[in-house]
Amino acid sequence: MARFPFSAIVGQDEMKLALLIAAIDPSIGGVMVFGDRGTGKSTAARALAALLPPIAVVEDCRYGCSPEAPHTCPDPCRSTKAGKRPVPFVDLPLGATEDRVIGSLDLERALRTGEKAFEPGLLARAHRGFLYIDEINLLEDHLVDLLLDVSASGENVVEREGLSIRHKARFVLIGSGNPEEGELRPQLLDRFGLSVEVRTPKILAERVEIMRRCAAHDADSEAFAAQWAEWDEKALQLIARGQKKLAKIEMPESVLIDAAQICSAVGVDGLRGELTLMRAARAYAALKGARIVKRDHLLQIAPMALRHRLRRDVLDESGSTARIDRAIAEHFS
Amino acid sequence: MTSGMADALLAARLLAADRKLGGMVLRGGGPARDMVVQALRALLPADTPVRRLPGHIDEDRLTGGIDITSSLVSGTLVLQRGLLAESAGGVLIVPMAERLRQDIAGRIAQALDNGGNFLLVLLDDGDGPDERPPLALMERVAFDLGLHDVRSADCDCALPAPIPGGSLPLLGDEALSALAATAAAFGIASMRPVLQAAAAARAHARLAGREIAIQSDLEAAVRLALVPRATQLPPEPEAPPSPEAEPESEQAEQPQNDNVDDDDENAPGVPEELLIEAARAAIPPDVLELIASGRAQRSARGGGAGRRTSSALRGKPLGARPGVPGGGRRMALVDTLRAAIPWQPLRRRDPAPEGAGPIRFRRDDLRVRRFEERATSVTIFAVDASGSAALARLSEAKGAVELILAQAYIKRAEVALIAFRGTDAEVLLPPTRSLTRAKRALAELPGGGGTPLARGIALTRQLADAVASRGRTPFLVFLTDGSANIAADGSAGRARANADALAAAKGIASAGLDAVVIDISPRPRPEAARIAQAMHARYLALPFADAKALKAAVTIAAEPQKKRA
Repeated sequence: MARFPFSAIVGQDEMKLALLIAAIDPSIGGVMVFGDRGTGKSTAARALAALLPPIAVVEDCRYGCSPEAPHTCPDPCRSTKAGKRPVPFVDLPLGATEDRVIGSLDLERALRTGEKAFEPGLLARAHRGFLYIDEINLLEDHLVDLLLDVSASGENVVEREGLSIRHKARFVLIGSGNPEEGELRPQLLDRFGLSVEVRTPKILAERVEIMRRCAAHDADSEAFAAQWAEWDEKALQLIARGQKKLAKIEMPESVLIDAAQICSAVGVDGLRGELTLMRAARAYAALKGARIVKRDHLLQIAPMALRHRLRRDVLDESGSTARIDRAIAEHFS
Repeated sequence: MTSGMADALLAARLLAADRKLGGMVLRGGGPARDMVVQALRALLPADTPVRRLPGHIDEDRLTGGIDITSSLVSGTLVLQRGLLAESAGGVLIVPMAERLRQDIAGRIAQALDNGGNFLLVLLDDGDGPDERPPLALMERVAFDLGLHDVRSADCDCALPAPIPGGSLPLLGDEALSALAATAAAFGIASMRPVLQAAAAARAHARLAGREIAIQSDLEAAVRLALVPRATQLPPEPEAPPSPEAEPESEQAEQPQNDNVDDDDENAPGVPEELLIEAARAAIPPDVLELIASGRAQRSARGGGAGRRTSSALRGKPLGARPGVPGGGRRMALVDTLRAAIPWQPLRRRDPAPEGAGPIRFRRDDLRVRRFEERATSVTIFAVDASGSAALARLSEAKGAVELILAQAYIKRAEVALIAFRGTDAEVLLPPTRSLTRAKRALAELPGGGGTPLARGIALTRQLADAVASRGRTPFLVFLTDGSANIAADGSAGRARANADALAAAKGIASAGLDAVVIDISPRPRPEAARIAQAMHARYLALPFADAKALKAAVTIAAEPQKKRA
């Protein structure tokens, strides 16, 4: 069954934009999606992974080595043949054990041949792709710590059960959760690059459109995908163009000053906020096909880059998006 | 036959007609429930696998993998097939679904999302809305049916008719928009129930052998898939439906209207009005009650029973101890080897069993890993919102609670909120980690009325016992001025009320619960101190509106102390 096409997702513009930006520049860090159940969060994330062109890998490599940099994994992946595989999309189940995530001693081989071997976990599988965690706020803290650590360093280091292994694990972390059901520690939240809020569409026409498209997808997913192929192709071209442009994009001094100003106005502590804001603005400008980052680009992505970094005030009821909008209105209008 | 039973049997038929509906939740009702499950089995082909999922299942058994114990003892690799794979194309029944562990629920949800192709039947024995199956699963099954009101006489009805062949009819735009509007009117935010309702309507039409879904199909779908998830009552229509709207034929006859969304949503006679009207009559009393108490679905489900069960499988590693892996315990291979090695010379004297490896294992060599888990603590606030307290310091008390909440948040503790005023006490917020919800519940707390202190204490004790029974540590914070004037039976009278309150407080002491009483009267009074004494709790007079002193006081108060021996 073909996956639901990315461009056929109704509404959710902010989430789609954040995913595109993360696809253009994965170094921004993950995307945290806040929202209720049944808003199409995981559908959108899956759809993006399915949209991207297949990646080239060394044949049969368990760690997804790229043919350009072969033999960089702990396995002897000596094959010279290159194969293609779809961009990995790993859906981390709630309650996954540490063993499954980081990998563990390969019991099968230990029992059969008495060999001490490493069985790669979900982190290895997600290399060069996406790692999606639904309800990340209900995941145990130590696992979230670990995931953020690996996603920031791009490397999974295993030192347990007599194993000492390190392998590359570069992926875009996408977490989702509903703050009504438990919150994520602020320290962890800060390490996500972007955050978006999704809601179910309130407009009746949009909801009907969702039902119509889901029915069409269920009835004949291939035909439905074909119908949207052209739009998906366009989105793909935007990403490809953005990735190419990204390195050459100029960041004028004035925009840097603007970025610093927004951060200090909303009271974001630490440099991570500013850095992410800059990177996201560059990626956004690249997506738009611009050569220079403009103030508009910056202001457009400021809410999603900063929203989750505001220091939470137990006694201040106004939402963080409102606080950012207020600060932008005060300084740039 | 009551409608509860009829609906359940109808749901079973719909599930048999379209597996995409996911499954159903069956609440309460012993024989009636068995009957529904039996009906579902009868409707499916005879060779359909039906599996029951015990609550203590471990992940390996669920998803398949190596059977470590047998592998080690026999010396050959023994693989086991996962229960999820075994139930493919069949039915997976989860008894006691309200106590299902979260990791297991997550696995099942994932399997359903990835085309698991099994029908999930959740048997919910939960006691009220605070104990429900995990949300992730509730969302993914189409029907939520209560069988509490079914009498045993209803259960000897005939098995439902078999499923006729034929394909699923499509729904027109009109029908889709009617369903979407109905969902909106009932305050259902998630898209999943709406999509499930559409699927249910199609399945219902197919059961009747119709080529196109008509009003009654939509009505059934709304009743079964949308109404149980209502979070609000639809607004009353301004005018009664006009007589020319003929419910049975309208759907089929109306020409397809391309600009549906331009329709006036309130026009009488449009299908969603009819749907909503029909559905309004079908709202079961328990859903109505939930809506009325403002705790419908969203908040009621958020607390979810057994959801954040901390498990002994994770946490800081502590080392190994002898034990058989399985049931969630994981084997410590290195330690197992270490235990087996010294016995090898002895064991080699025995003849080698079939397929034995280089090392001979016995069952008692097996070691399992141990983890240090921090028991989650649950801080239960019992807030006196009576007239006397409100007059005095209710808002300051709220401020104090918020300060403790912020602390609890840092420590990842859970909080629950109980309020007592008028003649009764109620749980405003079941244990949760969500600061957002705690703050909102607190802000919405009104003040005024009598002080049913005894009932407040009794309810707090009840909640604390429930918390403790799930392996978490309750810590009680009472905010009251101690001047009870409503007795445990709801009658007014200061003397009796005080005696009852003291008796209830002694109950807390005898249960060994850790508690603190914060006196929120304008001037510290002996009543609150006496209550604290009876509870063996710490007593703390809330200092006057000095934020710093307040914070210092609640910080001390929020530190659960070890109970004296």
